[in-house]
Amino acid sequence: MRVNVTVNGSQEAVDDVWEGESLLYVLRERMGLPGSKNACEQGECGSCTVYLDGTPVCSCLVAAGQVEGREVRTVEGLATAGRRDAAGDTAGRAAAGHDELDPVQQAFLEAGAVQCGFCTPGLIVQSHDLIERNPEPSDAEIREALAGNLCRCTGYEKILDAVRLAAKRKASAE
Amino acid sequence: MEFLRPVTWADALAAKAGQPDALPIQGGTDVMVEINFDVHRPPALLDLNPVRELAEVETLPDGTLRVGAGVPYVRLINELGDRLPGLAQASRTVGSPQIRNRGTVGGNLGAASPAGDSHPPLLASDAVIEAESSARGTRLIPAVDFYKGVKRNALEPDELIRAIRIAPASGPQYFSKIGTRNAMVIAVCSFAIALHPDERRVGTGVGSAAPTPRRATAAEEFLSAELDWDARGPLSVSVAQRFGELVKEAAAPIDDVRGTADYRKHALSVMARRTLTWAWNDHRATREEAS
Ligand SMILES: Cc1cc2nc3c(=O)[nH]c(=O)nc-3n(C[C@H](O)[C@H](O)[C@H](O)COP(=O)(O)OP(=O)(O)OC[C@H]3O[C@@H](n4cnc5c(N)ncnc54)[C@H](O)[C@@H]3O)c2cc1C
Ligand code: FES
Ligand code: FES
Repeated sequence: MRVNVTVNGSQEAVDDVWEGESLLYVLRERMGLPGSKNACEQGECGSCTVYLDGTPVCSCLVAAGQVEGREVRTVEGLATAGRRDAAGDTAGRAAAGHDELDPVQQAFLEAGAVQCGFCTPGLIVQSHDLIERNPEPSDAEIREALAGNLCRCTGYEKILDAVRLAAKRKASAE
Repeated sequence: MEFLRPVTWADALAAKAGQPDALPIQGGTDVMVEINFDVHRPPALLDLNPVRELAEVETLPDGTLRVGAGVPYVRLINELGDRLPGLAQASRTVGSPQIRNRGTVGGNLGAASPAGDSHPPLLASDAVIEAESSARGTRLIPAVDFYKGVKRNALEPDELIRAIRIAPASGPQYFSKIGTRNAMVIAVCSFAIALHPDERRVGTGVGSAAPTPRRATAAEEFLSAELDWDARGPLSVSVAQRFGELVKEAAAPIDDVRGTADYRKHALSVMARRTLTWAWNDHRATREEAS
């Protein structure tokens, strides 16, 4: 079937989609957006987290057909230069300097919250949403917000540092 | 596989009647796991996301809330926590934020897992499931009659769940769940209590401790008769203990990877005592505020 969906601001028509496949599969395998990671395909790890109409969801648990006519924003859509232009070109990413990363991405880099990086895209989308909704999250609120994102490398401390840093920067920028 | 996308409730019912083996999908948090792992390959998926009615919450003329089957847990927590505290507490323990953003009570009822977290509070507050088919119209099924076996419910093949009908809390409600973490946990066992002071009655729900979620009827009757509804005196230790024992006797758990039957029974008696104590203390505190 064909699925019409807006991804990172650009309208796409994706063909030959199998009715039972997930949004995650469509993004990675049919649209060339490998930022969202596939680790468990059962909602347990959060590494496939994307925004669906502004709400973070596990893209592995959304059926492709369910996004018809809706808006998806992936980790690729957070950094300014990572946005796809009208021609669907993602090459701009390579030229992106640090300045163009989203503040949450920047904070993850600076805080050393990235080791193998597999969990990072999901954590960044989920943290991005947390800070949007709650600009001054307490530690308990950060932990609860990130409870569905697993990381096997960092031990989470640096991830918490990164979220605190991003929240602090956002607060002082406003 | 086919993918059906009805846009109205009437079309959804017509689609289900025309193709009873089409599998409804709402949040997909149960359905997609099974498809991703090839446990189940239905001939068709029936997407309920576009059906606006399912995302609505209304108050019926008698004050009962009619909560659309497609209202996700995050909205139950944020919008209905004051009126449905037991269900909101249970919702808050479901999976993770991402799962609560998508998962619904309608889906929990459709899946009918004995461990589903919405079931104990639905039982404790006498919720009614509103099912509908295009051939026979609306059918109101009390929660207590809805669960038919492990992952089996009372729906007919041509029926869909339209809403859950549930009265706003008339007294304190609590939900408690045993698991290894505060998130991402399938209940080892769970318990819900609801005090209905205007009827001098207590409701209960026991989860993950029998083939279906169930009420602890003998425990409810015992407690309803024993509680000091008028003077709201302190809870007697022996009453709380006996209540815990009766809840434990209502359970018929098994040993499995998450816990043994013995542990489940013990934990249920502890949760029953604890939630009763919290609820009764709240009830007493409202009297003190009023006086
Ligand atoms: C990582 C993870 C963690 C989880 N943690 C918990 C937990 O802590 N507690 C818990 O209880 N559950 C948990 N679940 C299970 C699941 O999230 C819940 O059962 C949820 O309520 C399902 O809702 P849904 O809308 O996603 O259902 P779906 O997956 O869309 O559907 C589930 C079932 O209900 C049927 N259905 C859906 N809507 C209707 C309708 N309107 N009429 C008729 N049938 C319908 C579907 O056909 C299907 O059989 C978890 C799942 C995952 C993946
Ligand atoms: S891949 Fe989706 S949650 Fe793990
Ligand atoms: S950095 Fe490796 S899983 Fe998180």
